[in-house]
Amino acid sequence: MTSSVAGHRSLPLQALLAGFLILWIVVAAFPFFWTLWGSFKVEGDFFSRADWANALTGPMTRAETGGAFTGQGYYGAWITNEFWRAGLNTLIVVVSVVTISLAFGTLGGYALARSGHRYVFWILMIALVFRAMPHLTLVSGYLLPFFQWNLWGHLPTAIIVLVAINQPFTLWMLTSFFQNIPKDLDESAMVDGCSRFQAFRLVIIPVMWPGVITTGLFSFLLAYNDFAVTAMLLDQQNQTMIPRIASFLGTTQTKGNVMFAVSAVVSATAPLFLLVMVFQRQIVSGLTAGAVKG
Amino acid sequence: MKHKTFLWFILPSAVAMLLFIALPVVSVLLQSVFAPHEQVIREVEKCDVFGCKKSTTVDVEATAALSEGAPLGRFVGTAIYTDRNHLALSEIGAIWSSSKGPGDFLDQIFNLPFYGALAFTLTYTALVTPFAILLGFCIALAVNAIPRLLRGPAIFFSLLPMIVTPLVGALILFWMVDARGILGVALQSLAGDPDLSVKASTPLMWAMLIVYGVWSSCPFAFVVYYAGLQTVPQDTLESAMIDGATRWQRLRYVIIPHLLPLTTFLVLIKIMDNFRVFEPIVSFNGGAHAQSLSYFIYADLTATNKLLSSAAATSVLTILGVIVLLSPVIVRTRRSFARAAS
Repeated sequence: MTSSVAGHRSLPLQALLAGFLILWIVVAAFPFFWTLWGSFKVEGDFFSRADWANALTGPMTRAETGGAFTGQGYYGAWITNEFWRAGLNTLIVVVSVVTISLAFGTLGGYALARSGHRYVFWILMIALVFRAMPHLTLVSGYLLPFFQWNLWGHLPTAIIVLVAINQPFTLWMLTSFFQNIPKDLDESAMVDGCSRFQAFRLVIIPVMWPGVITTGLFSFLLAYNDFAVTAMLLDQQNQTMIPRIASFLGTTQTKGNVMFAVSAVVSATAPLFLLVMVFQRQIVSGLTAGAVKG
Repeated sequence: MKHKTFLWFILPSAVAMLLFIALPVVSVLLQSVFAPHEQVIREVEKCDVFGCKKSTTVDVEATAALSEGAPLGRFVGTAIYTDRNHLALSEIGAIWSSSKGPGDFLDQIFNLPFYGALAFTLTYTALVTPFAILLGFCIALAVNAIPRLLRGPAIFFSLLPMIVTPLVGALILFWMVDARGILGVALQSLAGDPDLSVKASTPLMWAMLIVYGVWSSCPFAFVVYYAGLQTVPQDTLESAMIDGATRWQRLRYVIIPHLLPLTTFLVLIKIMDNFRVFEPIVSFNGGAHAQSLSYFIYADLTATNKLLSSAAATSVLTILGVIVLLSPVIVRTRRSFARAAS
């Protein structure tokens, strides 16, 4: 479309669109680069009372540390405050949540896509309501029973809760994905004598990976980005990165400590940058999968 | 598929949702009608050479035994729902009879914690949803107009505000609008007021949260519209051009109608997401100026003496809100399902 239509665009309109786009990209990306740059300065520069340009040139950083850049914030966060422990916990939580969600979700999504019974509609609608549920309403339901049964504070508890919260979305996405795999494929396998599960295992699993990868990316994002569940259900020792960042802010108002939070924020954002770089196509197709088909 | 096979396939997923989504709803329902036990107070008389003195102490053992026997607390019915922190029925009655006019009446209502949180949540949802969708649409048009080679990087940068952890994205913006941050200083010099601080002003805090909301949720609308633009029927566009339709007319009568179903989808998803706004308020440390329903629950849960019953009552009211918001969608989808089946 664009190649044919673009030729007719008048110059002012072209300029207007380009200007708008550049403005948007600056608004979208500048905060990240600003914070990345600032995370290598001392607090006096990144939060400068005197002159905003100090964050760029860093006179205080030079005065305090001798160099134009400093890794103090990173050292303080990762080593002194043991942010690595939170990173490790995040790794455990995220890998488990993605694996378990996908295992449950592919089975359920496949069944929903192939069943054709009336109750499928109701299951999908209930899943939609579940998806809309604010996570904190669920958390306030967990606390009392988890305290009573001594489940509170452990990583497995948070993992299984995140898996459950993730299920409605996973089911919706994988159902629509399995609906696009021709029925003939598994049905002919069943004619040849496979059971339903064998047909799923031998015929469907080998062709389902594109959809599973896309869904897995979103499960990853949900588990990685979660604050409500991990902040409320994990004890200090088991905290993941995001609640740990929040607790940096709550407890440390002394000088320089805010830079621990800044460096931790940059550290937590970096994996997401890489993820978008590698999987941009899958993320875009996943976001639009539900929408474009209606 | 046979019912039995279906059951086995869906079982793990269904059990997980039942245990950790459906049962917690039951749990908040129960918790919201029970209040914590009152402490057992015992009166002790202490006598010494100067005479006898009566004093009261908390009987720790008896209190513990009481909560051991009934961990939920004592049944109070709807008392928590109607107290000052929730529906505040008697307070509203008092305000009604004492208020000086409708403006004053609403003002006082929104000072009640639950109604304040409800007002912020609804304002946020009502403003962020349309602005984010509109901005996303404009970005999609602009990206669609640039050469193919540049689109990849443009999409990459546009995705960032959405992909980044909400708490982290909000923190990054918050540090920039801090009174000592680059945007904060810019705002101060624009307004000509060196003491201007987002942290200290309620309207600025609301505005900043809404700006964050639009910033972080317009990429989703952009991606969906951008994908939609790739499927606009070419022959319709071309025949419109042959018939002499201007650029604006093509946009108005071909492209926008084509994208309309996507808009319905976006509105649904965005309303669901915006209604549970929570993390940015934590990041902006804005609990004093703006509370959403979710934040209100969070504040109760993190209070030193964990106000579980109060949080539960707010949760139930929030869930009712979600159901009210979603009911038109469910009715519509049911109709289209019935049409597809017949």
